[in-house]
Amino acid sequence: MSLGILWSLLNPLVMMGVMTFIFSTFFNNPTIKNFPVFVLCGLVPFNFFTIAWVTGTTSVIDSCNMVKRVPIPREVVPVAAVLSSCLHLGIQILLLLSAVLIFGLGANIQWLWLPLLWLFEVVFVCGLALVTSAINVYIRDMRYVVESVNTVMFWLVPICYPFAMIPEKYKPIYEINPIASLVNALRYVLLEAKAPPTSTLIRLPAVSLFMLAVGLVVFRRMKHSFYEHI
Amino acid sequence: MAVLEFEGVSKYFSRHAGQMLLRDRLRNLLTQTPRERFCALRNVSFTVEHGESLAIVGHNGAGKSTLLNIATSLCLPSEGRVAVNGRVAALLELGSGFHLDLTGKENVRINSAMLGLSRKQADERFEEIVDFSGLGDVIAEPLRTYSTGMMMRLAFSVAVNVDPDILIIDEVIGVGDQDFFLKCFQKIVDFRRAGKTLICVSHALGILETLCDRGLWLDHGTVQAAGTAQQVLDAYAASAAALVAAPATALPMVAP
Repeated sequence: MSLGILWSLLNPLVMMGVMTFIFSTFFNNPTIKNFPVFVLCGLVPFNFFTIAWVTGTTSVIDSCNMVKRVPIPREVVPVAAVLSSCLHLGIQILLLLSAVLIFGLGANIQWLWLPLLWLFEVVFVCGLALVTSAINVYIRDMRYVVESVNTVMFWLVPICYPFAMIPEKYKPIYEINPIASLVNALRYVLLEAKAPPTSTLIRLPAVSLFMLAVGLVVFRRMKHSFYEHI
Repeated sequence: MAVLEFEGVSKYFSRHAGQMLLRDRLRNLLTQTPRERFCALRNVSFTVEHGESLAIVGHNGAGKSTLLNIATSLCLPSEGRVAVNGRVAALLELGSGFHLDLTGKENVRINSAMLGLSRKQADERFEEIVDFSGLGDVIAEPLRTYSTGMMMRLAFSVAVNVDPDILIIDEVIGVGDQDFFLKCFQKIVDFRRAGKTLICVSHALGILETLCDRGLWLDHGTVQAAGTAQQVLDAYAASAAALVAAPATALPMVAP
């Protein structure tokens, strides 16, 4: 476990270092201040998103001897997998907040938004995991689909570029993606001490709750034939 | 009141359900190959009344476990109606619902929760469960260090002590030693005296005969015989004996 905690610190720290090096040496953008914190604001939510989604996706198959033999509500399995990834999220959030303080940005009253923002990310991932874990029972290579989507998402979420650089016509698409709008909102709060944009505060909960509802509906429909396919 | 009621229950599985990759799915979709179906249970009807105990026998693959899984509501019947009244605790497969890296104690708590006890109820019954299992200090060790018999002791102790209305046992009772078997036996007798229901699958006909008062014999998914345990078990034993005897006489003479 102690190594587990170390791992969840090591990955974002290394990525932060590498990306700071690349984006200050090769693609220098002087408008971004405090680049390490800027990039960490993107990495922390993104890391949780990828890890929780993949573990959630494979969770039903991974605990097949429980799903097949113990009559418990099966929705619990993917949701528990996502929630257990929250431990790593918690540690990485502490890392992010320490980085903010180390860079002298200081705490501010807008930090009160943070729990709410992260809560909706967890809700969103629970919804996604419910859908993909159910599909994974029927199509076992779902995991690779999820991993490929994650690789693409790394570039489609504004991790190493600011939201402001996104051309106006693509912005509405970006705002639908809860991870992208979460990253943007985190930067508002942590880097600029401003409240997250109102559009984010409406869309993030809306999309997350919608995803959770879709997840529950899809999972409930598909779970009846799990037994035959595990 | 009937505790468990099966009415015209059939269960089909499709063959080749093992092909689960996207490739196979697409191929099936494109070629529209009709799925062959395998019938695990065919038009099975029976009722188990309050306080009765049912023995289920049949050859391997006769549909006994499928029947129990339907009764535990782990899968839905393809046809027919199933009614279960009361809380079910099932020992279907050894170690299912157990986590091997957790200790016996932790597994007891998780297992009690999965069988529907609240945290408070689980705490209250914890001592009783550990006492009954007779595992002593070993209870603090991780489950992967347990022997098969020890694991069965733990699983059985939890299942009987959560006070279910229906206890389902699928062939796991055989792995315990004589001491524990006697303890289980006493517990099951008490359990039945309290008006609870037992459903038991086993190939150990002697055990079934002492534990159960009614019997159900499944053969290739259909009910071959149902009635008192004595009748059904005798008929089953006779047919099994006939099967064993028949090929022996039909065997061609082979020169030594």
